[in-house]
Amino acid sequence: MSIDIDTARKVAKLARIRVEEAQLPKLAEQLSGILGFMEQLNEVNVDGIEPMVSVTPMRLVRRRDVVTDGNIQAQILKNAPDAREGFFAVPKVVE
Amino acid sequence: MSANTWTIAAARDALRKGEITAVDLTMSCLTAIDAGDALNAFVHKTPEIALEQARAADVRLADSRKSGGDAPSLCGIPLGIKDLFCTKGVPSQAASNILKGFKPEYESTVTTKLFGDGAVMLGKLNMDEFAMGSSNETSCYGNVVNPWKIDDRQLTPGGSSGGSAAAVAADLCLAATGTDTGGSIRQPAAFTGITGIKPTYGRVSRWGVVAFASSLDQAGPMTKSVRDAAIFLQSMSGHDPKDSTSADIPVPDFEAALTGDIRGKKIGIPREYRMDGMPAEIEALWADGVAMMKDAGAEIVDISLPHTKYALPAYYVIAPAEASSNLARYDGVRYGHRAQLSAGDGITEMYEKTRAEGFGPEVQRRIMVGTYVLSAGFYDAYYNRARKVRALIKRDFELAFADGIDAILTPATPSSAFGLGEMANADPVEMYLNDVFTVTVNLAGLPGVAVPVGLDKKGLPMGLQLIGRPWDEAGLLNHAYVLERAAGFVSKPQKWW
Repeated sequence: MSIDIDTARKVAKLARIRVEEAQLPKLAEQLSGILGFMEQLNEVNVDGIEPMVSVTPMRLVRRRDVVTDGNIQAQILKNAPDAREGFFAVPKVVE
Repeated sequence: MSANTWTIAAARDALRKGEITAVDLTMSCLTAIDAGDALNAFVHKTPEIALEQARAADVRLADSRKSGGDAPSLCGIPLGIKDLFCTKGVPSQAASNILKGFKPEYESTVTTKLFGDGAVMLGKLNMDEFAMGSSNETSCYGNVVNPWKIDDRQLTPGGSSGGSAAAVAADLCLAATGTDTGGSIRQPAAFTGITGIKPTYGRVSRWGVVAFASSLDQAGPMTKSVRDAAIFLQSMSGHDPKDSTSADIPVPDFEAALTGDIRGKKIGIPREYRMDGMPAEIEALWADGVAMMKDAGAEIVDISLPHTKYALPAYYVIAPAEASSNLARYDGVRYGHRAQLSAGDGITEMYEKTRAEGFGPEVQRRIMVGTYVLSAGFYDAYYNRARKVRALIKRDFELAFADGIDAILTPATPSSAFGLGEMANADPVEMYLNDVFTVTVNLAGLPGVAVPVGLDKKGLPMGLQLIGRPWDEAGLLNHAYVLERAAGFVSKPQKWW
């Protein structure tokens, strides 16, 4: 399975990573190489095998649905690149 | 010998007896760190925190002496902390520009436990960006240099925990935390002649450790001896309600398990680990290791782990898939870097520019591979197939252990340390081959330990790996202890930095 330039552009878009047009051929080539390496998996007979979902057999525990902290707005916003009036600020998303 | 060269075990005994203070011990490490800048291992030094913690440890040690008890083993022990661990108020960047300036408002469970036992944090250690790399060349802080040197080349300490490995090998600290997703503790440990253990998945809490691939990530200690690994792992381990995959089972006394007696134990030698093109020296080292275990009274058994060959391709589907999901959180909104925007840029441009600027090339590549294998139409062909192969890899080990195998002995790496920059023009896949002996252990969730066993002809350290049964770190460490004693590896890098 080789990745063409259109697919590379689409993957970059889905990943929300800007890739300049000039870089797309190299990206497509590298992704193709990595995916080619993965093709080996097609040699394995996986009939009747369930995909592994949990590393160690354990029941996922549930926590009590209670508030364990709160009133830490300043701490939550402390590392934000742009925080205003108690909110995370982002470019306008509604026209 | 200057105190920074001591093991944890030796320092613990001296601290308890009052033969040295935690402050003096810490000072000797801080001096070594300042003299070790050429290694580029410590990227955020925290001497004020270290000295404050050391003074508190001295009070605690004195109180314990007065009351006739023992302070915890790590009380007053100066450690380095991998940059992947969130440490309150101290930069925690995962060696990425996208987390530039990020100072967590909270402390990871692992560092909370270490500090609770009185450990001292000397600073944060360099690593591959988001732990993605096997040579420490993807870090936003620049390369770490291996303290081992045989000519005028600079060598890689391995990765991703390369800063931790270099710092321990160069005696900048007594020990360091590492994390291991595909070999990131064991490969750098082997490249620098130190000991590193990746515990069973779920033994150590992942809370507050920057996530790479959540079903594979485990933190563990990197130390100067197997006994130190046992002491350090004891403090890191245990159930944490904040990590739903952390196991609620008792933690045995790892140090007490170091009896040195493995008579009658069955050591499996997997034939599939005998790779084509494996250097003769690695093969000879492996044979030496087998002889050492046999001399100690263990029974050597040839075993088969038939799906070994498929571990790397399965890993390089599963790990990027999980990474693409985990790293979606770096969006320039809540923390870290945000790109400068142009007039008219909307939120999509903000995401795309921020992530293009903040992530390095290897991280971008893995996110995109992960995005691709999870995308509509390819999910079954790649991701689900890889998870099925993962189930088969895990079953290989289960069958071996069901046959009575106690531990499995393999090489740790396919070579000794290589030169920084030597792989710059290589295909990304060639770099991935470094993990060929270690990834199986992460896929199966098992504990694995790398032990230094010898030097190659060039004079560089080489290690062997022991793989244990799930939750049997105690037994595994005892096997490692036997190997360590038999190998008698005492070489240290010649100081050039």
